[in-house]
Amino acid sequence: MTSHERNWVPTTPRKSATFDDYTLSEIRRASLTGIYDIRGGGSKRRLPNFDDLVLLGASMSRYPLEGYREKCGTDVTLGTRFAKKPIKLKIPVTIAGMSFGSLSANAKEALGRGASLAGTSTTTGDGGMTPEERGQSETLVYQYLPSRYGMNPDDLRRADAIEIVIGQGAKPGGGGMLLGQKISDRVAEMRQLPKGIDQRSACRHPDWTGADDLEIKINELREITDWEKPIYLKVGASRPYFDVALAVKSGADVVVLDGMQGGTAATQEVFIEHVGIPLLSAIRPAVQALQDLGMHRKVQLVVSGGIRNGADVAKALALGADAVAIGSAALVALGDNDPKWEREYAKLGSTAGAYDDWHEGRDPAGITTQTPELSQRLDPVIAGRRLANYLKVMTLEAQTLARACGKNHLHNLEPEDLAALTLDAAAMARIPLAGTNWIPGGV
Amino acid sequence: MSTFDLTKSSVRELNAALHTLKDDTNDTLWSVLNPNGEHSIAAGVDAAVAINVQGSVGYFCGGMNKRANIVVDGSAGQGVGENMMSGRIHVKGDASQSAGATGRGGLLIVDGNASARCGISMKGIDIIVKGDVGHLSAFMGQNGRLVVFGEAGEALGDSIYEARLFVRGPVAGLGADCIEKPMRDEHKAELIELLAASGQDHKVDVAEFRRYGSARKLYNFNIDNAGAY
Ligand SMILES: Cc1cc2nc3c(=O)[nH]c(=O)nc-3n(C[C@H](O)[C@H](O)[C@H](O)COP(=O)(O)O)c2cc1C
Repeated sequence: MTSHERNWVPTTPRKSATFDDYTLSEIRRASLTGIYDIRGGGSKRRLPNFDDLVLLGASMSRYPLEGYREKCGTDVTLGTRFAKKPIKLKIPVTIAGMSFGSLSANAKEALGRGASLAGTSTTTGDGGMTPEERGQSETLVYQYLPSRYGMNPDDLRRADAIEIVIGQGAKPGGGGMLLGQKISDRVAEMRQLPKGIDQRSACRHPDWTGADDLEIKINELREITDWEKPIYLKVGASRPYFDVALAVKSGADVVVLDGMQGGTAATQEVFIEHVGIPLLSAIRPAVQALQDLGMHRKVQLVVSGGIRNGADVAKALALGADAVAIGSAALVALGDNDPKWEREYAKLGSTAGAYDDWHEGRDPAGITTQTPELSQRLDPVIAGRRLANYLKVMTLEAQTLARACGKNHLHNLEPEDLAALTLDAAAMARIPLAGTNWIPGGV
Repeated sequence: MSTFDLTKSSVRELNAALHTLKDDTNDTLWSVLNPNGEHSIAAGVDAAVAINVQGSVGYFCGGMNKRANIVVDGSAGQGVGENMMSGRIHVKGDASQSAGATGRGGLLIVDGNASARCGISMKGIDIIVKGDVGHLSAFMGQNGRLVVFGEAGEALGDSIYEARLFVRGPVAGLGADCIEKPMRDEHKAELIELLAASGQDHKVDVAEFRRYGSARKLYNFNIDNAGAY
C-alpha cells in the first residue's frame, strides 16, 4: 500500500446546488440540439403560493356556520358592468381557455360537458370554436386572440362572453406556438394554415396598440354583438396594478389575471420559469386597482395560475377575486398524466406526473394530441363526469372553509380571514405573518 | 333608401338597424351622413346591402363585414374592414394602419394610400391599394392577395405564410422569409382577373407588377435559420 493510498479517506460525492441534475441535463440537451426547450404545463419550481397562507377559522370573536346545514352560497355573476346578458355561474371555478389544436376535440368536448354539469363556464382558445365544445357547453367564453385563428362574427354571436387575450401567465409578452406535429388537416383548416408547419401565433394584436385603441376595439366588439356579451380581458400577471387599471379604463366587464404558474400548451421553458410574477403576489395589487377606481365587484376579477383545490379557491376569493379559472388541474381531472399510462410515459422518456412534451402530440392520455388513435382513448362523457366531480369537490372544500370562517357566501371571505406562514407570502399577499400583526413592507 | 344622419342618431342605432336586416330585405340601400370620424360604423353587418358613408370614418369601419358593399366617401381610420368575411369595402380616400387586418374574404379597395400593417395577418381577403402601403404590410399574411399600385414600406410580408403580394412600385425592404418570385403568365392572368373582378382593370399594366411571397424557410424550426427570426 502506498502512502497516498493509506491517506485516502472517502468523502460523499457532492453535487452542486447550482448545477443540479436537471440543469446539467439541460446544458447537455441544448448543446446537442441547438434549440431551447419547449414544453407544456406551468412553472415547475417552488414558488410562493396559496399553501403559504392559512385561513383563521372562527374563534371567540367569530361565529362559524354549521357544515352541510347552513347555507354557504357559491354563485357568481360575471359581466355586470355593460353587458345586457351577464354570465351567471353556480360555482366560482371556471375552465380556462385552452385551444383546440393544443387539445383534442374530445378533450374540448369533455371540458364543456364537465363545466356544464357543474354549472360553470368553459373557454375556447387559440384556434377557434369547435362545434363539439359549443354544443356541450352551456356557457362558453370565446377568446379573441392576436392570431384571430378561426375568428368570425357568427361564432362571436354564438358565444356567451368574449375574452380578449392580452397575455397569459405562463408567457406574458409571448405569442403562441403549435408545432407541426399537431397541425392536422382539421387544425390547419381552422387556422387557415398549411398542414404540418410550425405555427407561431402573434404576441401582439394586429389592429390595436395601447389602452386607448383597446377601448375602441372593445366598443367594436360590443357593436358587432349588440352590447349583449360580457367582455373579459385576460392579462398575464406582471404589472397587475396598472394592467387592471388600464383594463377598467378600456371598458372591460371582467379582468382575468393569470399568474406565472399558469399552464400553457407549448412555450419555451425559459419563458415559463422566468417571466411574470406568482399569482399570490398579483391578486392584491389587482384588487387595489379596482378599489382605487371604485370598481371592485363591479368589474369582476377572475384569477388563475396553479389553482388546485378548494383551499386555493377560498384563499383567492378571500384576497378579493370574484372567481378562479383552472387549466392544468382540469386536464388532470380528465386523465392527464394518469399513472395508468406509466409504461407509455416511460417510453417517451418521462414518467406520470412529469410528462410535459404536449407540443409533440404523443400524449398517451389522448388529451394534448391530434392523433386519432390517441385521442379516442379519452371518452368525453366519462372524462366530463370526472371533471364535474372534481369541480364539485373543490366547491365543497371552499364552502367548508368559508363556513368555518362564519361566511354564508364564498364572496364574504376577506383578507382578515387569512394569516401567512412565510415572510414572502406575508409581503406578497399583504397578509400578516401568522401570530403577528406584521405585514412586511406595510399595507 | 334608408338614411342615417349621425348627428341625429348614434352609431349604435345605425348598427342595431343594420343587424336586424333579413336576407329578403328590400332595404338594400343605406346612406350614412356626417360620419365625422366615428368608430365602428357598419361593423358586423351580415346582409347583401349597399352602405354609402358620406365622409370620413374612424376605427374599424365595416369590421367583420359579411356580404355588404360599403363605400366610404372619405378616409378611414385604423383597422378598416378588419376580419371581414365577404362583401366589399371601398375607401375613396386614404386608410390608416391595419387596413383589412386578419380579413378572411371579400375585397377591400383603397383609392389612396394605406398606412402601416396593411393586410396584417390576412387570411383570405383580397386588398387593392391604388397608392402606397406602409411598413410591415401583410405581416404574417396567411392567405389572400395584396395588390399595391404604388410603393411598399419596410419589411413587406414579414413572416409571411401563403398570402400573395403584387407590388408595382419600389419596395423599401422585404421582411423575414419574404422573397420576390417570378411573375409568370399565370400570375399575370390571375392579377388581370382580380383587377377585372374589382373593376380596376385598364388602370394599370399588370406587366409592371412584381410578385412577392413566402420562401417557406421558416415553416419548420431550423437552428441554422435562427438569425432570421
Ligand atoms: C393545454 C393548454 C392550452 C392553453 N391554451 C390557451 C389559449 O389558447 N389561450 C389562453 O389564453 N390561454 C391558454 N392556456 C392558459 C390557460 O388559459 C390558463 O391561463 C392556465 O392554464 C391557468 O393556469 P393553470 O393551468 O395552472 O390552471 C392554455 C393552457 C393549457 C394548459
